[in-house]
Amino acid sequence: MLAGVIHQIMSGIATGGIYASVALALVMIYQATHHVNFAQGEMATFSTYIALACINAGFPYWVALLIAVVFSFVVGVAIERILMRPLANAPILASVGVFIGLLLIINSLSGWFFDYTIKQFPSPFPDHPMLGGYLSGHELGSTAVTLIVLISVYLFFRHTKLGLAMRAAAFNPTSSRLVGVRVGWMLALGWGLAAGIGAIAGCMVAPVVFLDPNMMAGILLYAFAGALLGGIDNPLGAVLGGFAVGVIENLGGAYLVGTELKLSLALVIIVAVLTIKPTGLMGRRVYSRV
Amino acid sequence: MRTSSWITAILVLLAVIIPVTLFTDYHLFQLTMVVVYGIAILGLALLIGFNGQISLGHGAFYAIGAYTTAILMSSWDVPYWATLPISAVVCALVGFLIGLPALRLEGLYLALTTFALAVAMPQILKYKAFEDWTGGVQGLVIDKPEAPFGLKLSPDQWLYSFTVAVAVVLYVIAWNIVRGRMGRAMMAIRDHAMAAESMGVNLPMVKTRTFALSAMYTGLAGSLGAIAVQFVAPDSFNVTVSIFLFVGLIVGGVSSIGGTLIGAAFIEFVPNFADKISKAAPGAVYGVILIAVMFLMPVGAGGFLRNWARRLIRARTHEPDPEAPIDDVEALTHEPAADLPDLTPGPAFAKQPVTTGSRPE
Repeated sequence: MLAGVIHQIMSGIATGGIYASVALALVMIYQATHHVNFAQGEMATFSTYIALACINAGFPYWVALLIAVVFSFVVGVAIERILMRPLANAPILASVGVFIGLLLIINSLSGWFFDYTIKQFPSPFPDHPMLGGYLSGHELGSTAVTLIVLISVYLFFRHTKLGLAMRAAAFNPTSSRLVGVRVGWMLALGWGLAAGIGAIAGCMVAPVVFLDPNMMAGILLYAFAGALLGGIDNPLGAVLGGFAVGVIENLGGAYLVGTELKLSLALVIIVAVLTIKPTGLMGRRVYSRV
Repeated sequence: MRTSSWITAILVLLAVIIPVTLFTDYHLFQLTMVVVYGIAILGLALLIGFNGQISLGHGAFYAIGAYTTAILMSSWDVPYWATLPISAVVCALVGFLIGLPALRLEGLYLALTTFALAVAMPQILKYKAFEDWTGGVQGLVIDKPEAPFGLKLSPDQWLYSFTVAVAVVLYVIAWNIVRGRMGRAMMAIRDHAMAAESMGVNLPMVKTRTFALSAMYTGLAGSLGAIAVQFVAPDSFNVTVSIFLFVGLIVGGVSSIGGTLIGAAFIEFVPNFADKISKAAPGAVYGVILIAVMFLMPVGAGGFLRNWARRLIRARTHEPDPEAPIDDVEALTHEPAADLPDLTPGPAFAKQPVTTGSRPE
């Protein structure tokens, strides 16, 4: 029993890492533009296909991953510059409409270029149990990769001038512009980074759930839940929320509702957080003047 | 009756007689589905277009309506027409219950939550505990109704006429609601919730009622759709249904009642053409058109046609058009708020959700 619980918690942390990365990508875009990127999951799926295509073309795994990340970064920047810029002050319905349109287009492109069959995705990590049998090699490896990504994102925002400029642009665009920060490019850069993080998350989750154009739909849901749980305007909160949702999902799936209702668990978390504590556990309450 | 009402009545009659006499059964089935989607999108329009609550999960209500009808018909042998009122009540009730937490969710957050509902829906329908009723993964098969009273109509001809009749009733009701007090209160909330509330609109009441109404419309569409398709299964109600309804709404025009039929025709026929190019084409076409409409024609096809017609009338008569719909702010301000139904101030719902956030500008 206890061993079972520990096992569930460990693999919950492993999947939670994926949710945490996607949640972080969502929060980065939300913080800067107050848009929720409904297409985040499809973007990550498409990047994963790019990585698979590179692997099939003979590139080593890590090179393929790098190509996919760079590609996603460029696409993310392009989407921001072309589609999102004009929507900066548009009503919510317009931005939701454009994101849904983007979701449909990218989903179709995945199916068009790489067809709809379910594909296997290779894992660069050894295939035997580790840590006393609690985790598979891939789970341990992907957790390590997500942690490295999260820590480097943290260091980037905390300790580089560019990171500071990006935080400033998100926090107060007008003042940042006055002191010479190129706010527009900072937003585009944020989109690019978010897309790149999504690409890594996609490649880390694909060996587990297998690759098809709708791979990320459920994962996006858990990431939403994680981001809201931690506070959608707090990157650290979103990351912790993502891990927490991974653990809750695994424990709930094993002992509470069964695997068939796991997605509804995400729905329950979302509704519960939004109705009970809409700011999330670590979010900041925003007041507005009438 | 005014001339315009007569014209509408004649057009509706023609819309029944011509297809029934001339079209093949397959084309009639497609037209039935257009009407069904029209009703579903109308439900969505009442919520998004007239009340400003964004739902990306109306496929869930469509599914609930469809399943209610299918279960009643297959488990209890209820006749198809008698399932409609039951389905309406069930969906309105579910809509009301979901509308309660939705009160605290503004804009984006509601969109997100309903999106989650749509993604989770197939899993809920497949759930083992309900399998005796829902048929689990296999779904349920139901019989196509025959024409009653010895009418010499094929089942498809009868079903089309029946669906149009139901649709006419629902559209007339929606039209009256939107033009009445309730509609004004709905639009006032959409345009400025706080101002509406301070003028005596009972915000939580209007919002939850709208949610229930909207769920009822989409649920009824689901019922009619299930009867037409003769089959319900969890995987036919995945998130794409919700997204397609949303696409149809945007294409038709979010606050245009007639536009819902244009949007419905769009989502019924575009996949038929696009499928010939590739399996992926419908999604791509939807996506591109969705973004294009958002940037180029935010009022949708219905709104575009209406503005165009209004301009035509004005140019001919050199005076403001008395028939102009009242869904714009100017018209609202001419109406004293005092004749709104409930003057009791809302309870302590004034708490603003996080999305009214003040982004430092």
